[in-house]
Amino acid sequence: MKITLKVWRQKNKESKGAFKTYQHDHVSEDMSFLEMIDVLNEELIKKNEDPIAFDHDCREGICGMCSLYINGHPHGPLQTTTCQLHMRSFNDGQTITIEPWRAKAFPVVKDLVVDRTAFDRIQQVGGYVNVNTGGIPDANEIPIPKRIADEAFDSATCIGCGACVAACKNASAMLFVGAKISQFALLPQGQVERKDRAEKMVAQMDAEGFGSCTNTYACEAECPKGIKIANIARMNREYFGAMLTSYEVESGGGD
Amino acid sequence: MKLDSKVPEGQIAEKWTKHKFNLKLVNPANKRKYEVIVVGTGLAGASAAASLAELGYNVKSFCFQDSPRRAHSIAAQGGINAAKNYQNDGDSIYRLFYDTVKGGDYRSREANVYRLAETSVSIIDQCVAQGVPFAREYGGLLANRSFGGAQVSRTFYARGQTGQQLLLGAYGALNRQIANGKVKMYNRSEMLDLVVVDGKARGIITRDLITGKVEAHSAHAVLLCTGGYGNVFFLSTNAKGSNVTAAWRAHKKGAFFGNPCFTQIHPTCIPVSGDHQSKLTLMSESLRNDGRVWVPKKAMPGLKSKEAMALPESERDYFLERKYPSFGNLVPRDVASRNAKHVCDEGRGVGSGLAVFLDFTDAIKRDGEDLIRAKYGNLFDMYAQITGENPYKGPMMIYPAVHYTMGGLWVDYNLSTTVPGLYALGEANFSDHGANRLGASALMQGLADGYFVIPYTIGDYLANIGWKDKIETDHPAFKESIDAVNERVKKLLSIKGKKTVDEFHRVLGLTMWEYCGMSRSEEGLKKAKKIIHDLKAEFWTNVNVLGSPNELNQELEKAGRVADFIELGELMVDDALSRTESCGGHFREESQTPEGEALRKDDEFAFVSAWEYMGEGQPEVLNKEELKFENVKLTQRSYK
Repeated sequence: MKITLKVWRQKNKESKGAFKTYQHDHVSEDMSFLEMIDVLNEELIKKNEDPIAFDHDCREGICGMCSLYINGHPHGPLQTTTCQLHMRSFNDGQTITIEPWRAKAFPVVKDLVVDRTAFDRIQQVGGYVNVNTGGIPDANEIPIPKRIADEAFDSATCIGCGACVAACKNASAMLFVGAKISQFALLPQGQVERKDRAEKMVAQMDAEGFGSCTNTYACEAECPKGIKIANIARMNREYFGAMLTSYEVESGGGD
Repeated sequence: MKLDSKVPEGQIAEKWTKHKFNLKLVNPANKRKYEVIVVGTGLAGASAAASLAELGYNVKSFCFQDSPRRAHSIAAQGGINAAKNYQNDGDSIYRLFYDTVKGGDYRSREANVYRLAETSVSIIDQCVAQGVPFAREYGGLLANRSFGGAQVSRTFYARGQTGQQLLLGAYGALNRQIANGKVKMYNRSEMLDLVVVDGKARGIITRDLITGKVEAHSAHAVLLCTGGYGNVFFLSTNAKGSNVTAAWRAHKKGAFFGNPCFTQIHPTCIPVSGDHQSKLTLMSESLRNDGRVWVPKKAMPGLKSKEAMALPESERDYFLERKYPSFGNLVPRDVASRNAKHVCDEGRGVGSGLAVFLDFTDAIKRDGEDLIRAKYGNLFDMYAQITGENPYKGPMMIYPAVHYTMGGLWVDYNLSTTVPGLYALGEANFSDHGANRLGASALMQGLADGYFVIPYTIGDYLANIGWKDKIETDHPAFKESIDAVNERVKKLLSIKGKKTVDEFHRVLGLTMWEYCGMSRSEEGLKKAKKIIHDLKAEFWTNVNVLGSPNELNQELEKAGRVADFIELGELMVDDALSRTESCGGHFREESQTPEGEALRKDDEFAFVSAWEYMGEGQPEVLNKEELKFENVKLTQRSYK
């Protein structure tokens, strides 16, 4: 296969970026998308040109490190991660445009690499159950209905790649945040800090500069792990419920 | 040097309890005066950092990825073993211990393995409390399955994403301590040196991968939780970033390297499709429960999946079923892998020649396509996506791939390396799996080390040295180390040769795979030694690394890692040469039974090889830790 690539090149956070066009004549349909860039990079190095920087690690669709906005879709035309996308999904002679994730809260680091530490900071304020190591009752002490455990699992499969944010015209992170809030709202282990968690994570999400949800469903359509928009609805319910009834609200009246 | 494993006296079942009592404690008010560095944020690293911070220590945690949640533990599929005996099927701590020592082909330390089995039960409790959504039965209790040919159902799992769920649990615990201010997290930071002063580990040197800044960090103790080194083979199931650099630099500062040649080759991976291949994809070995492995009886080069369907039964060789009638397609990983290689070496491989069929035709006939889809749907989809072939309509093609490294930094019972104050946890150490790891045991070990072993053992060391025994980063040793790291970076960027880093890595990988992979011989290993020796010389004169040191420079990162892999490769070859027996994943062609199975030599080789670095250009020295088996009876493994 022969393809034309239009790739966003940007030296660093401060500098101005631009598209650069590459003619790539050594593409096999068995290559993964990232391997296609590997091969191009090898050719660039041979010509003493700076290779294209992009994030990737496990290359089996689970670590969430790879990104890329390909022909207008996060992770490309299929509902999978870029590392699991293969060149047979493209046509010989096609032009492919590759951009980094575009969102204020994900500043570009270099070329196609962005800074997603905002996601970590949201998780740090409440994306866990407050238990220390040790002194824990037996794992079978609390039975959990299979249906509930399965539903919590569906939310827990989020890989934190940021495709939901990249897909959203408002750069909203609500699918990502909603998935974590849902996992713990469903499980008995998450009940103790249920309200606190919803309030804190939503506040941090807003502080990071992510936009609001206007129900376009773009995030669900592009999520490589099929996380459902119902997670956002649950997050909103959890959040409103917390705002109305949390400890801070109930005790906040007098002094 | 005499190696002291520090295994406590007494009955095997009492050792850990007694030892915990005998370990010194650090006063709660004094814990905040100590600093601990944890490198790596996989299961071992994240669980250790969180647990130590909970105790009150100040922790600095480092990972090279953009977030601690990306560590490669996340990719583990199958499950985690624990001796809960929830299924009432005869499991016990003793049985898990026994199975693990036997599965490791009697090259692991009994006391460590027993402790691993003992702590396994607490791991499940811990993870459930964190909200890890394990698979459950309709009654609401936890589900288990039998895994990797085990005779009991002791494996806990979360669909095919157990590693992801366990890691996200540990990541949550880590995040909680970051929010508490007890852990300072350094993302996109790579450890490039260990600083040792007066014989103790005092800190590390890191490079900020975005700014390129080389920095010093000092602490009372350093924990390496940096995973395995399977990427020495270039193609493996490891993440692209997985590397040996932190462990290797520690090795060069005095930490012995244990059993470097013990590598696990997993039998069910998707075969290589071309020269562009960057990594290999594992498919859960649960596929062997229903799939039948075969090749044609006579060589049929290039045979494709579609054509295979027409081949009559009489012309097929179901070689695992033929050779191992009692275990059939479920023989352990090392045996399955070796036999696949063997038939391909005979020229009977299919597809590219380096593949065998894994055929579900009979299972689909027996159970129907729907049931097979329900069991393996995600794996079949993954296969179809990567290969472009439909596995419901013709047999899959599989081939073995490097998956895990049992070898690693040598540690004693306390997980301390030979450098006081330097610890190694999880896959980074050599300790619990001997010469072959059982399925669903890697996750168990990572979490056991991090949650339940190091929080006890490190206290003893810290209490003994006292909080005043810390060297600050203004000490000349840190400056010296920073200079050395900068010098090396400068050197890599100044060579400006003709070959890319990946070109060197591929040659190294092919050499290791050919001569130090599934089957090893003296002749081949000697050849490999020569190739690697020359490769190292060429690397440092002909590699081309572009860009500057003060920016995100992924080629520079790779170059440093490959330089270390080349040196490690040489040591692996030396280790494989010196061990003239076969055991587990290490198959020496000179040491086999008349039927061609691995033949151990317990009289000569019941020891751990612990290699000691002697300086640039000097041969490493082999130290031996004798292995004593007081509880487990040594037998020849047989799956006939």
